[in-house]
Amino acid sequence: MSLLVSPLHKIHLDLGAKMGPFTGYSMPIWYPEKIIAEHNHTRTQASLFDISHMGQVSIVGADAASTLEELIPTDFVNLSYKKMHYCCFTNNQGGILDDLIVANLGVEFFVVMNAASKEQDLEYLRKNVATASVEEHSENVLLALQGPKAAEVLARFHPEIADLDFMTIDKFVLNRIPCIISRSGYTGEDGFELSIPVQNADQLARALLAQPEVKPAGLGARDSLRLEAGLRLYGQDMDTTTTPVEAGIHWTISRARRIGGEREGGFPGADVILQQIANGPKKRMVGMRLHTKALARKGTKICLDDGIEIGVVTSGLFAPTVKAPIAMGYIEPSHANVGTVVNIQIRNSMVSAEIVRLPFVKHQYRTIT
Amino acid sequence: MSEIRYTQDHEWVRVVSEDIVEVGITDFAQEQLGDIVFIELPEVDLSVDASDEIAVIESVKAAAELRSPVSGTVIEINEELEDQPELVNENPTEDGWFCKLELSSPEEFDDLLNEDEYSEYVASLE
Repeated sequence: MSLLVSPLHKIHLDLGAKMGPFTGYSMPIWYPEKIIAEHNHTRTQASLFDISHMGQVSIVGADAASTLEELIPTDFVNLSYKKMHYCCFTNNQGGILDDLIVANLGVEFFVVMNAASKEQDLEYLRKNVATASVEEHSENVLLALQGPKAAEVLARFHPEIADLDFMTIDKFVLNRIPCIISRSGYTGEDGFELSIPVQNADQLARALLAQPEVKPAGLGARDSLRLEAGLRLYGQDMDTTTTPVEAGIHWTISRARRIGGEREGGFPGADVILQQIANGPKKRMVGMRLHTKALARKGTKICLDDGIEIGVVTSGLFAPTVKAPIAMGYIEPSHANVGTVVNIQIRNSMVSAEIVRLPFVKHQYRTIT
Repeated sequence: MSEIRYTQDHEWVRVVSEDIVEVGITDFAQEQLGDIVFIELPEVDLSVDASDEIAVIESVKAAAELRSPVSGTVIEINEELEDQPELVNENPTEDGWFCKLELSSPEEFDDLLNEDEYSEYVASLE
């Protein structure tokens, strides 16, 4: 099977990126400076990420908000214009079908979904959203500019971009290119995601890379940044067998949709999810800091001193900002308290790890209000 | 000049004295792995057959194993890699050596790829 290429493929090759397959696309994993340098640059300056493999969809229709509420346990009826929510599609067992961003752009809900699940999500939406139209924005690509200097950089192209609040979105014209820009991201840093027309992607990406603060960063650094920020990766940290409560993203379930809320329940798996919110789940996502230099990868077992298995690692890597190996995983709630020391089986030896608060690195989101 | 041989798994083996070799990974291998953050070295006195695992190499993104290109006994390990695994990225064929082995079947060395054969092999991959 041949891989799809991003509209920025030429830039990646010009920059000497190491390309690798990712959900059917050939994407940059790192550039010549490699993951740690790209990670550190993102935490101190600004990095440009190509995330054009992600799905972008618009949902238009008078009943779009209430129809989305039938699929997602979040409040869309009261989602203000230019605001956005992080949320997830759930199945009848309360499992997560995908996590996504839904923004209110006035005439439409603008949705960003994972690359690996976008076809399935589109089909799911088209089947279940009868009264609204569902259109894929395949004419647009997604870029992310992340880091403490991102706002300053984008303000050179359009001063009002710097006034956006975290998790808000608006339309802007940059270098005569119409863009949909949100203040959001997947790094824990202040930053933006830019949806821009395919035909302008190369030009705008090069204009951003020409700014002195901006360097390119690949999917490797994106993964280490998101893990330090405690952000879950769909397909790795959560899937159809984990609920939003177990995954620790129960905050995506709006008050209005919970027990006693104005529009209580009414989403797939509501019985399971609402019961877990009330009584607690059987497993819980935690962060762990390893007392070793070895790394815990996905699937590594978490055990008690006597070897009894109490959980499993879902993501783990060397965290460049923390400067230590970190991991996230599921563990039985009775062992999930911060400060608990557990054992992680790495190859043939047991190493100890401490349950720590997520995120590992403090979020630097910019909120005005 | 010391003799050096390579494997298709991107390891190198260099003769340092009679029946004693140093083992490491090639520049191509370190490029593929990216930033190396941890190396688990073998115990001294471990005896291995060719293609037994002798070390684990962890980069930010992935783990890889080093399989011994030859049979023998580990007689020395590069302890500097425990605190400075990045030496393998910076200088994979000199400072970034992994361990020294005393060969138990010296004839295995001659069956490995020479410099030209390895270069040709790497070129065929790119």
